[in-house]
Amino acid sequence: MTTTTSTPTRTARAAAGTADYLDQRTGIGVAVKTFARKIFPDHWSFLLGEIALYSFITILISGVFLTMFFVPSMNETVYNGPWPTMQGVEMSEAFASTLRLSFEVRGGLLMRQIHHWAALIFMAAIVTHMMRIFFTGAFRKPRELNWVVGFTLLILGLAAGFSGYSLPDDVLSGNGLRITDGVVRAIPIIGSYMSYFIFGGEFPGQDLIPRLFTVHVLLVPGLILALIGLHLFFVVLHKHTQFPGSGRTNSNVVGYPVFPVYTAKAGGYFFIVFGVIALMGATMSINPVWNYGPFDPSPVSAGAQPDWYMLFLEGSLRLMPGAAEIVIAGFTIPLNVIIPAMIVPGVLFTLLAAYPFVEALATGDKREHHILDRPRNRPFRTAFGVSLLVAFFILVLAGSNDLIATHFHLSINDITWTFRVLLFLGPWFAFYITKRICLGLQRKDRELVLHGHETGRIVRFASGEYIEVHKPLDAHERWLRVQHDAIRPLEIEPAEDSRGVRRKGYRADRIRQRLSEMFYEDRIDPVTPAELAAAHSHGEHDVLEPAGAHGELTGAVGGGQHFVAPTDETHPEKRNR
Amino acid sequence: MSNHDNGHEATTDVALRDTTGPDRFENPGHPEHHPRLGDTDPKANKKAERQVVFLFTISILGTLAFIVAYFAFPPGETPETMRRSNITLGLSMAFALLGIGTAAVHWAKSLMNDHEKSEDRHALRSDDATRETAVAVLKEGAEDSAIGRRGVLKVSMIGALALFPLSIVLPLIGNIGEDWDVSKFKRTMWRKGLKLTTDPDGRPIKASDVTIGSVFHVIPEGLHEEPHPLDEKAKSVVLLVRLAPEDLKEAPNRKGWSYNGIVAYSKICTHVGCPVALYEQQTHHLLCPCHQSTFDVADGAKVVFGPAKRPLPQLPITVDDEGYLVAQSDFHEPIGPSFWERLK
Amino acid sequence: MKALAARRHDRRAPVVLLLLALLLTGGLYAVLAPASADAAPKTASTDDIAAGEKLFQANCATCHGPSAAGTASGPSLIGVGAAAVDFQVGTGRMPAQMSGPQIEAKPVQFDDEQISQLAAYVASLGVGPAIPTDEQVDPALGDPANGMALFRTNCAMCHNAVGAGGALSQGKFAPKLWETSPRHLYEAMLTGPQSMPVFNDANITPEGKRDIIAFIDQQGDTAPGGMTLGALGPVSEGLWAWVVGIGLLIGAAVWIGAKSS
Repeated sequence: MTTTTSTPTRTARAAAGTADYLDQRTGIGVAVKTFARKIFPDHWSFLLGEIALYSFITILISGVFLTMFFVPSMNETVYNGPWPTMQGVEMSEAFASTLRLSFEVRGGLLMRQIHHWAALIFMAAIVTHMMRIFFTGAFRKPRELNWVVGFTLLILGLAAGFSGYSLPDDVLSGNGLRITDGVVRAIPIIGSYMSYFIFGGEFPGQDLIPRLFTVHVLLVPGLILALIGLHLFFVVLHKHTQFPGSGRTNSNVVGYPVFPVYTAKAGGYFFIVFGVIALMGATMSINPVWNYGPFDPSPVSAGAQPDWYMLFLEGSLRLMPGAAEIVIAGFTIPLNVIIPAMIVPGVLFTLLAAYPFVEALATGDKREHHILDRPRNRPFRTAFGVSLLVAFFILVLAGSNDLIATHFHLSINDITWTFRVLLFLGPWFAFYITKRICLGLQRKDRELVLHGHETGRIVRFASGEYIEVHKPLDAHERWLRVQHDAIRPLEIEPAEDSRGVRRKGYRADRIRQRLSEMFYEDRIDPVTPAELAAAHSHGEHDVLEPAGAHGELTGAVGGGQHFVAPTDETHPEKRNR
Repeated sequence: MSNHDNGHEATTDVALRDTTGPDRFENPGHPEHHPRLGDTDPKANKKAERQVVFLFTISILGTLAFIVAYFAFPPGETPETMRRSNITLGLSMAFALLGIGTAAVHWAKSLMNDHEKSEDRHALRSDDATRETAVAVLKEGAEDSAIGRRGVLKVSMIGALALFPLSIVLPLIGNIGEDWDVSKFKRTMWRKGLKLTTDPDGRPIKASDVTIGSVFHVIPEGLHEEPHPLDEKAKSVVLLVRLAPEDLKEAPNRKGWSYNGIVAYSKICTHVGCPVALYEQQTHHLLCPCHQSTFDVADGAKVVFGPAKRPLPQLPITVDDEGYLVAQSDFHEPIGPSFWERLK
Repeated sequence: MKALAARRHDRRAPVVLLLLALLLTGGLYAVLAPASADAAPKTASTDDIAAGEKLFQANCATCHGPSAAGTASGPSLIGVGAAAVDFQVGTGRMPAQMSGPQIEAKPVQFDDEQISQLAAYVASLGVGPAIPTDEQVDPALGDPANGMALFRTNCAMCHNAVGAGGALSQGKFAPKLWETSPRHLYEAMLTGPQSMPVFNDANITPEGKRDIIAFIDQQGDTAPGGMTLGALGPVSEGLWAWVVGIGLLIGAAVWIGAKSS
């Protein structure tokens, strides 16, 4: 700060000069005016996407370092470096250069471990971020397109990870590539040609590592960068969603300005993310390829698994019984590979990508939504999301079944059978339980709004009757529990008009209505002011009269035995199970 | 205050409760701001500032420590020195980064203005006038180009644009699969008289050396002289097992494929191609560590568990004059995972 | 650079020479070994055999039969050799206590003398592999690089790439190898206990076995990158990425999102 305004310091003059220079050539003043004090809402879960972004930047920084030393070649060479168990071993230049950059380049091992840990964190952050978006309904209009962008980033992340961990050309990732070859070959009609397309001839060939290198350092990161740009552009365009709360509406955004609060918080978080990853790179060994050895098609090691984000595919392959392979007219259709490696992930990803559109169709809701849902207030969505996660998690566990077997002293065959059954039962069970929990939490919210907090104070009346005094919720507490919409299944026009003519499009409407019923048949409506007033007047023994101002009820409520009957919980004309 | 700002598209077909009616509570407005300790107590404020400075200092020290570690602890030649280098570099780097990160966040949280601000949102949809102008502009452009009237021009343009990528795709597709001879999947380098040798060192195997209960990992003789040894190895690796005569069940048409209870099976899984290599001596089961397909070596390597469907292909073997194990021929079926034209 | 390379050569030269010499003696030994291995160990006296038989009748005969010819609950021990006894009893697997998918290592029930007596008795029943000498199993004499190559092809699919162990079918498993003594490692390869196949000297030469022991000897808790996380591969790495990485980062996010007091 300058002490006087009339004589600016040298620094201030320089800053002003630079700003003037830039603005005259870029008009940056408009951007600064628009964005510098843009408001972002504050919540820890809004930082999950930032973990993904920052771990990606960490990946870029460490990745550029690695490319300086990595040799993407499958040419054979003989190792002659410090690592004793590799002395004189024939290996590809890719593997040899991985050893060299790990053992002989100072800080190389750290960078490699940072790169790999950051990749695992990147994918984990994408998944947790996606879970937050899903369960809070942040994908609703106008953000459906950004959901699709994010979904594409997830798929690109898988591609980046897979192409990356295969680069060192070690036995473990080599067997992963061999599995990929087996899966690709299973594609009907063109499978063999697809395999040749990828490997440049027969597996393993001479071309794969250079090809994967291009995919890994140019193609996929380029696409990811472009889509991250689009993703963030959408965030700025739409402004961030916010959780419901006092003063927060669908037409405002409440929080702190980008400059300086978020510059410091988000900028600081980048360093924290990078720092935590550096901590992991310093202390925890990851993908020690010298343990696996250079690729050779003959060996394989126990614990042959991919990185965690591909593990669900591994699990899916492990669970599928072999009987599904069929031969039709002399042509082999290996459904025992096609189903687990293509159809299962296809279904999982299609459900994920299409969900916002399916939900919009089912609810018929065309409004913009900027206030997030509390997951309990959308029981179907929450339950559906949990069941999808449970299915994913069962597949991940199935992909680790050999480690489960050794660590818990179980039979791998029993585990496989258990997961085969669980894959079908688990998601339904999870759906049912989650939905019940959501409805239960909503009932609890209603209960709390209608009757207030228990105080533990017992009052005895002159008549000898005892009641417990309940402390009513203040307006802020209550708002959180009553702010959401009461949504009902779609109502459609009848099949026939007044003259008995069957109308067009009834069948489509009917399907839509069914879908809508699936979403909203079971529900608990939020408390209305009328209901709250009724609850108060029901109480014959209210300790205090409700003190009303503009219909706001802030008075104390005596509840005692006067709980609201269950039939009152939803609109009387609507079914409620 | 209106709670929900309806979009411009009306919600005609959804039975929503009126979002602003009397059966809704009112939004109570922004909660009261609670000042932090540092906002009221200059001492606490000063303390927070000192903490931020301290955290930045840690970062500076971390970077200095990194530089020291870089020169003081080279990776060296042993796992211990490599680990020391990695840990010292990594921890000092983590301190350098976490120092900056925590300092910035602490600064933002404790010293920067924490009054929440509110900004208005606007519907994304452009207003009707803008839309009309946009449509008009597009129409004008289309008319200028007369694309609507000149059908042939349109077709030729689309044709040119659609065909042009072929000039990139054709050479790519032509070359990317090398010779595109997918029939190679059906052959391996095994042939009559080729010796079975140990993997990886290539010693020929005498039938008398294969005792009951032992398992040999086998590659064909002369593998390393092949033009593409890894490609050949990926198809030709074999597992050699000797079973007691009473344990071995053989199909009638394969009676002559074994020698003295010694059987040889392809090591490449018929599921997706992992090396099936876990041989359990007592049960004669072969387990694939990738997806746990289990094959019964005593019974034609048939599948007893897991995602594979077909038995492992058997390599017919015999012995030569010196008692070394040799192949009788190539496999009688394509090895490895299934593919569309496998049986053709 | 040249000076450095020269120095490196210098320092290694004696080691290489020593290795060559050892390989030579090892090779010679391999030529001579079968003769000595086929005979009962020289040290085994008739007293030892008698003492071993007593121990056998008291502890083993229930399952393996009074004449060690095997019963329904235990295999014949004729011809399994001293190596099998030394491994099975020396790792505590025998005498077995309970049936299960496989008989596991447990605290050893006999002292060294008793084990050698038992081994002498069983070896006297029929010709079988002998207990290896200390030199045969000395990791310092092996070549870990060749050991790793052999291990990768012959052992890693069950025991994991560095010997951390792995699952077999029906509840059986290949144990972790890091705590197993070199002699027991050698004997296990030679005799093929339980599910494990036999790796006779034609399959993996005695030097090869010693190389494998040298490779296993180098595995353990010191990884250049830090903690090994059990050396279990990507599954444990993924677990730690979630628990430590995402755990710490969400913790930090909660701190950033929380209002300062």
